[in-house]
Amino acid sequence: MNYKLQQLDEEKVFKDPVHRYVHVRDRLIWDLIGTKEFQRLRRIRQLGTTFLTFHGAEHSRFSHSLGVYEIVRRISEIFKGRPHWNDDERLLCLSAALLHDVGHGPYSHSFEKVFGLDHENFTQQIILGETEVNHVLKRVDKDFPKKVAEVIAKTYENRLVVSMISSQIDADRMDYLLRDAYFTGVSYGQFDIERILRVMRPQEDQVVIKHSGMHAVEDYIMSRYQMYWQVYFHPVTRSAEVILSKILHRAKALYEEGYLFKFEPLHFITLFNDKVDLDDYIKLDEGIIQYYFQAWQEEEDEILRDLCERFSNRRLFKYMEFNPTVHMNAWHKLHTYFVQAKIDPDYYLIVDSSSDLPYDFYRPGEEEERLPIHLLTKKGEYRELSRESTIVEAISGKKRTDHKLYYPADLIDGIHDKGLRKKIGEILEL
Amino acid sequence: MLEHHARLIAMFDYAREVVGRKKLQKMVYIAKKLNFPFCEKYQFHFYGPYSEELTLRVEELCNLGFLEETKEKVGGYYQYRYILTDEGGGFLKHYEMDLASLKTCVTSMNEQPSRILELISTIMYFDHLAKEEVVEKVKTVKQKQKYTDEEIEEAFRYIEELRTNISAS
Repeated sequence: MNYKLQQLDEEKVFKDPVHRYVHVRDRLIWDLIGTKEFQRLRRIRQLGTTFLTFHGAEHSRFSHSLGVYEIVRRISEIFKGRPHWNDDERLLCLSAALLHDVGHGPYSHSFEKVFGLDHENFTQQIILGETEVNHVLKRVDKDFPKKVAEVIAKTYENRLVVSMISSQIDADRMDYLLRDAYFTGVSYGQFDIERILRVMRPQEDQVVIKHSGMHAVEDYIMSRYQMYWQVYFHPVTRSAEVILSKILHRAKALYEEGYLFKFEPLHFITLFNDKVDLDDYIKLDEGIIQYYFQAWQEEEDEILRDLCERFSNRRLFKYMEFNPTVHMNAWHKLHTYFVQAKIDPDYYLIVDSSSDLPYDFYRPGEEEERLPIHLLTKKGEYRELSRESTIVEAISGKKRTDHKLYYPADLIDGIHDKGLRKKIGEILEL
Repeated sequence: MLEHHARLIAMFDYAREVVGRKKLQKMVYIAKKLNFPFCEKYQFHFYGPYSEELTLRVEELCNLGFLEETKEKVGGYYQYRYILTDEGGGFLKHYEMDLASLKTCVTSMNEQPSRILELISTIMYFDHLAKEEVVEKVKTVKQKQKYTDEEIEEAFRYIEELRTNISAS
């Protein structure tokens, strides 16, 4: 029997705290879940360092990927038989949904910034390269991996299919908002996903929402807004992220200057040399990284040792609001004082901005900057969401950004020179 | 500290004024593809390469008073105009950047309509493909823009011109 049409003898289900059950009937999906590249996602947390702030946030990219798959599966059932929807694209949508994050590495945001990586490139390589995932996909037909890769890269010709996985109201966002809210334990990430799925309609090149479903979408937008500020952008999580990226910077700098590590960073060598290939990349997971962070606490290098100890034992940096317009001169003074106090400002005096984060909130996408959420009127016309909803308009028009200055309060407390300590303390309002 | 912000300010300093968010997005993308040190992460979106990171960074610059954003109603939609402020100019003085060759490039791109910059940036997004494949891809993902063969050919020529000008400077 054609592999594409093969169904499991019995439906398999995964118990899931967000969707109750994730249903699998297609042989292809079951086989993809069993590949080593997909199973690796069990060892990568969805929210990186957020568990240091919200201790429940230990959920993995594996469970999120299953969740996105389940949402797309349900959307495809709702779309079945409707105009613009081609049921031949169903398996393509499901595969892309399942695999959309397969290229993520451990703490991928920091790794990408420090080592110049892009998890989306690795997603493409896993789908198109010599991997178990590629082997399974090719059983559908030889062009199938390319199509899946194109959907995930958002360059596939059928824009409707792309928008199910990636748009301002897509399966990815809906799952991660609900899942992240559940596991962090916050109460403000909730919205009525059942209602949203029921009012979704396929159009020529995008998914739109029936106008009568506007209030359910308002809730989703509010949830996105709240999660952004309360969870994703939490200053303590950002402190952990700052330390993490400084560890990586320090280890790389030491390697480049020929420092002899007590624990040779074998898994990092190709990263340090900017020559990381797929085989090396997929060997990385959070267990490996934590091993090094533990081991590097025994290193001679004081900075690497200290930063690893901070990250492992949650001895994070403190922070203050930083306004470059007002504090620029203060920052220059602090920089000088830190050097005098022998606290390396490159590793211990860090400004972090809202734009450093990989999350966003709803934007109306005016003047064709970005495709907005469209409501579909009874007359078949599109209306941009924020033009119809006062709540969404209020949120979309509100600009909120911030910058924080992170520093190690304990090291400043330990400065012997009282005068210097006082001068630093005055600027940092300690 | 805030070097990425400073590089963007330098771009606005050269451009004097940028009209339209889409234009801004595409200008930074093209400059990045020409190896100018912009680090904003881009993904392919409905209207070509788009960076949420850039959008947020520009928002930060506006909130800090380094850029002035004016919202104007043009026909049925809003358009945004960006101008560097004196405070932004003052901030830039804290940084030493060797981006002289960016000036010609930015000035030239700023004179192009955003529709054409969308085409140019889309071509550059697929520059790992052979030219015929790029053309096919552009016609597939940009069906609605209905770019003519002449426009596509002109875009290729323009990219070469930008590259030549940069190497010459």
